Amino acid sequence: MAQASYVNVAAQVHRPKGRLNQRAIAPWLFLAPGLFMFAVYVLWPILQSITLSLYDWNGLYNQSGEFTGTFIGMGNYAELMTDPAFEVSLWNNFYWLALYLLALPIGLFIAIFLNQTVTGIRLYKSLFFFPFVISQVVVGLIFAWFYAPNFGLFYLLTEAITGKGTAVLADPDLVTFGIIAAGLWPQIAYVMILYLTGLNNVAADQIEAARLDGAKGWRMLWYVVLPQLRPATFIAVIVTVIGALRSFDLVSIMTNGGPFGSSRILSYYMYEKALSEYGFRMGYGAAIAVVLFAIMMVFISGFIWKMWRDERER
Amino acid sequence: MVHKKTGALALVAALLISTSAFAQDKRVVTWNADYDPIPLAAAEAMIVDFEAANPEIDVVLTNFDHEGYKTSIRNFLTADAPDLANWYAANRMRPFVEAGLFADISDLWVSEGLTDSLASSVPSMTIDGKQWGIPYTYYQWGIYYNRDAYKAAGIEAPGAEGLTWDQFLANCATFKAAGIDCVTTGSSALWPVAGIFDYVSMRTNGYQFHSDLAAGKVSWTSPEARAVFAELGKLQPFITENHAAIDWQDAAAIFVQNKAANYVMGNFAVGVFKEGGMTNDNLGFMVFPEITAGVARAEEAPTDTIHLTSGAKNPDDARLFLAYMASADAQTKWNAAVGQLPTNKNSTVDAADPFLSAGFASLSSATGGIAQFWDRDAEAEYAKAGMEGFQRFLVQPEAIEEILAQLEATRLRIYPQ
Repeated sequence: MAQASYVNVAAQVHRPKGRLNQRAIAPWLFLAPGLFMFAVYVLWPILQSITLSLYDWNGLYNQSGEFTGTFIGMGNYAELMTDPAFEVSLWNNFYWLALYLLALPIGLFIAIFLNQTVTGIRLYKSLFFFPFVISQVVVGLIFAWFYAPNFGLFYLLTEAITGKGTAVLADPDLVTFGIIAAGLWPQIAYVMILYLTGLNNVAADQIEAARLDGAKGWRMLWYVVLPQLRPATFIAVIVTVIGALRSFDLVSIMTNGGPFGSSRILSYYMYEKALSEYGFRMGYGAAIAVVLFAIMMVFISGFIWKMWRDERER
Repeated sequence: MVHKKTGALALVAALLISTSAFAQDKRVVTWNADYDPIPLAAAEAMIVDFEAANPEIDVVLTNFDHEGYKTSIRNFLTADAPDLANWYAANRMRPFVEAGLFADISDLWVSEGLTDSLASSVPSMTIDGKQWGIPYTYYQWGIYYNRDAYKAAGIEAPGAEGLTWDQFLANCATFKAAGIDCVTTGSSALWPVAGIFDYVSMRTNGYQFHSDLAAGKVSWTSPEARAVFAELGKLQPFITENHAAIDWQDAAAIFVQNKAANYVMGNFAVGVFKEGGMTNDNLGFMVFPEITAGVARAEEAPTDTIHLTSGAKNPDDARLFLAYMASADAQTKWNAAVGQLPTNKNSTVDAADPFLSAGFASLSSATGGIAQFWDRDAEAEYAKAGMEGFQRFLVQPEAIEEILAQLEATRLRIYPQ
């Protein structure tokens, strides 16, 4: 409130009008740059994608700069319904989403494990955090070599154990899980750091009190520590879900969606159809993007709703 | 560019004066290209020669990154068209021709007698009975083989006449017993498997059928198409395992290390093989074996082209340059520098290079026809669906019915009957 009245004083200098009016206008004035950016760079492209998804267009304008697409209504969506590659991508997205959430318990476990005072703990923490610092492209390359047939460590390990090497990235049934494992590596580190900062804020007196009451082990974790980590968990779920849905770089680096499209996910399939060498079906790509957007919207609205509710409770 | 010839100082001076002032008394032809270093140097040498013969013209080449070019061309042809642009023959140029972005230069083909001197490229440069560009280079595909691997398996290396299909498959069985991959490939980028499929298809049913298949005119469930997959199935067990996870360069390493005997590839791979330590003594080239007796031999030779754009600001001088790039002398020089084959039949190739000579001989005696490669003959989306099918068949040959049904469904959707 102190801030708001300060703002009003500043505004009064320029426009000596009614107080109420100023109070109504000032927030909008301050929001305007942000709203403008949001409208131009977020809302407008969303509307454009949705419009484009109703057209059949190869991305070319003719010599006089005219749009060469034809309107086909829901044609692209009808085609999506019968497209086996779309079905594969959708399933893979589902696997990504489900398995990516494993980053939460694993990240929490590592965070609790590292939340102690031992000599050199900072070094161990930074080593665990390391995979999140390196680029996804590098993670993809490292894992591609790890899985590589003939010389990859994983291939040689399976060869030593079972007598026959498993080339994960060449196997249509394993490839998606191989890539998810690569994606989990940095994601676990990310979740771990979120929980580590959360653990710093766990009230020591409550732990003390719980200990006096005889709580320890799982019960301590479940009833005393975890409730205090709720904000960290909330953020971790958001970044993990969104990370899983928009994962693109690992698929692109490790397999290009192969073998024969078995590791495609929606974002990669959209890129393939709209922008890659054999694509340039802009309308179809846009339709895939709209579907992906709709799926994300389910989660995003959930998060926004929860944040809204928390704000109001305060 | 002329600036190049007079050296860096002149270039700086030219930039200071500003290029427009510098070129004021010259007529500028702009050319967008996507060359790697060696072809770029060759192209610059061509420009120097051309400008020496036409001192009033200044050809300005803007070079793009090879992959980025595929996207950029779609923008610059509309937004800011150069006079000339590099691209590829056959179906690859169709979207630009249909959107009216490439100019019809059939009159140039007639006036320069190109229908005769570039005869082998007429089909791939013609859409709707008109020619839309100038082909200036191509390279052969075929089987590159490792003589050391043949020796290690105790098999006599093939001679210049190549092998029969039965002999080839019999050799494969021997190689397998010796722990050597008979045929290697790395199909993570998909296109290498299209090379194998194209050859098996052209050798089984001939050029016309293959061309119709790429154009979506014949069914994937037809007996002829099934015959192609049946032959491909005979080869399948002898192809490097896990090829779907590796790049063609990784497979080249296997080949160079004598762990594989044959590689169905384009001539550009020779450079990679030689970097890996192979020499003309242990690297051999043969045409793909005949499968159905009596089918006229067709070959793959992807062609690179230059096009006059519809938005060209100086089309007259650009045509002069195109005519020059189509000439026998220019093509001899460019291709000698790059190590590829000229499309002009009056050009010559370096006789000291056994692979170029073999390729030139194989292409000039290919009575069946010259294919451009699957992903240039077939429409882009169809090409991709096809290559995924070929790759899947080479990994899961038992899924043949599902693969064919899926390909057929794609065909019927893209080409409604």
